[in-house]
Amino acid sequence: MSEFEPVIGVEIHVQLSTNTKMFCGCELSFGDPPNTHTCPVCLAHPGVLPVVNEEAVRRALMIGLALGCEIAPRSIFHRKNYFYPDLPKAYQVSQFDIPICGRGEFVAIREDGSELRVGITRAHLEEDAAKLTHLGGRRAGAEESVVDFNRGGTPLVEIVTEPDLRSASDAVTFLRQLRQTLLFLGVSDCSMEEGSMRADANVSIRPVGTHEFGTKTELKNMNSFRFLERGMDAEIARQEEILRDGGRVSQETVHYEPETGHITSLRSKEESHDYRYFPEPDLVPVAPDPAWVDQLRDDLPELPLSLRRRMVDDMGLSAEDALVLTESPELVAYFMEAAALADPKACANWIRGELRAQLREAGTEPWESKVTPAHVAALVDLLAIGTVSVPAAKEVLAGMIETGDEPAAVVEAKGLAQMDESDLAGVIAAIVEANPDQAQQLRDGKDKVMGFFVGQAMKQTGGRADPQAVQKLVRELVLGS
Amino acid sequence: MIDENTVRHVARLARLRLEPEEEKVMQEELSGILEHIDAIRSMDLDGVPPTTHVLALENVLRADVPRASLPREEALREADDVVDDSFGVPRMD
Repeated sequence: MSEFEPVIGVEIHVQLSTNTKMFCGCELSFGDPPNTHTCPVCLAHPGVLPVVNEEAVRRALMIGLALGCEIAPRSIFHRKNYFYPDLPKAYQVSQFDIPICGRGEFVAIREDGSELRVGITRAHLEEDAAKLTHLGGRRAGAEESVVDFNRGGTPLVEIVTEPDLRSASDAVTFLRQLRQTLLFLGVSDCSMEEGSMRADANVSIRPVGTHEFGTKTELKNMNSFRFLERGMDAEIARQEEILRDGGRVSQETVHYEPETGHITSLRSKEESHDYRYFPEPDLVPVAPDPAWVDQLRDDLPELPLSLRRRMVDDMGLSAEDALVLTESPELVAYFMEAAALADPKACANWIRGELRAQLREAGTEPWESKVTPAHVAALVDLLAIGTVSVPAAKEVLAGMIETGDEPAAVVEAKGLAQMDESDLAGVIAAIVEANPDQAQQLRDGKDKVMGFFVGQAMKQTGGRADPQAVQKLVRELVLGS
Repeated sequence: MIDENTVRHVARLARLRLEPEEEKVMQEELSGILEHIDAIRSMDLDGVPPTTHVLALENVLRADVPRASLPREEALREADDVVDDSFGVPRMD
């Protein structure tokens, strides 16, 4: 146990998947040829005026409502001033002291089922910068960078948390579930890889039992949760080493290199934090009509936290089942449809287990497959009434994936209906007789050998035997009980 | 009166290179502007909300409907340097 405790807060930038940019009618794009989605507004030509995209405001409000934030009755935009080639106006339009969404709280659930409460400081609207690429020596001798303004002006919501997180693993749990929630809201693609969701972490440590914050560093822009977690752990370890050696952590921006596991400092722009924010005179305040906000609140979809609680409390699922099944809105819809028709726990097991495992080979998801939720429910029912054994049901499922037929038809076509006990008794008797050594082992108390009998029975019946019934019959025959 | 260091700091943030005599002029001009602020400060402003906008307008919003962007040649026309259909800029990394 370390004598230090990490204190972590995160800042998340989410690109909204609107049709157009934040302040102009240029279409959003990803992967289009460079500089094909620009106009005088997003190129910052003189004399142009920005106009706020209503859909971006709507989505920012949805995010705020989902995070339980106070919605500002009237919020304004500010200019954040700094020079960089990806920022043609030399300022980013952002929000400062009156963000559209104020304080809120997000509840995540850890894998062990415990609650992780994270205070939300704010969520505000701003615009993304353009894409800057360093060319290196690609052009003979040239050391230059190039700017593609397609991304410039994309609507962003920046979500800032309180320093409530106490480990890298908690931070990633929070981020994953926040991402899920945003996906359920349908406001963003939230792709870490493509940069439509980006997370920075503010990391400091302090002696366990103390309350004052240590000096924090900012870990920038990791493009996967895995690297972010490793990066935070590496940074925590680096700070512990500094403090143990009697040194002091300096406030700086750091970068984690996944290849080497090293933390490097990006302390280059020493004066860059003097952003000289001032109110953006070109944009008038946004004062969302309370009736609109109420309407948006009423229209929010059921979010993962509530779904997970309902799955565990009302449907008998484990916390882990619920976590897996709320991975995406599509998976939730698929599960819910099946669970309305058959035992929810059994549906959960089959969907998250065998169905996904078998589909993974083909690289498809349940809702994209030929297997309908109703067919999953029907299969669960066939198992429950004993028409098929578990191994046979797996084979039935394979048939369903292939043909899209309902399970009863696959059972019929493949002859997978479970043998009744009298037919099975004959098969078992023959197996026991043919394997006296194994029978003796069972009598000697070596219960493991039961697996052998079950395997034999499955082989000889083509999977049509119920393993429970096999065990019962073997026991009766060999042990007389 | 603001001091010379503040002038230099602001100039650096604005990427301006000022000659010493220009610094002096700026120091006076900026101080003059700030005196107006001091004049406002000297008044009793309790209960007066900060004025960020002089227009009595709110919620000027635009429907999320795409409009034609510029042809790329047009967008790049004023660029100092065009590389790979992009704006070439000094090395940044």
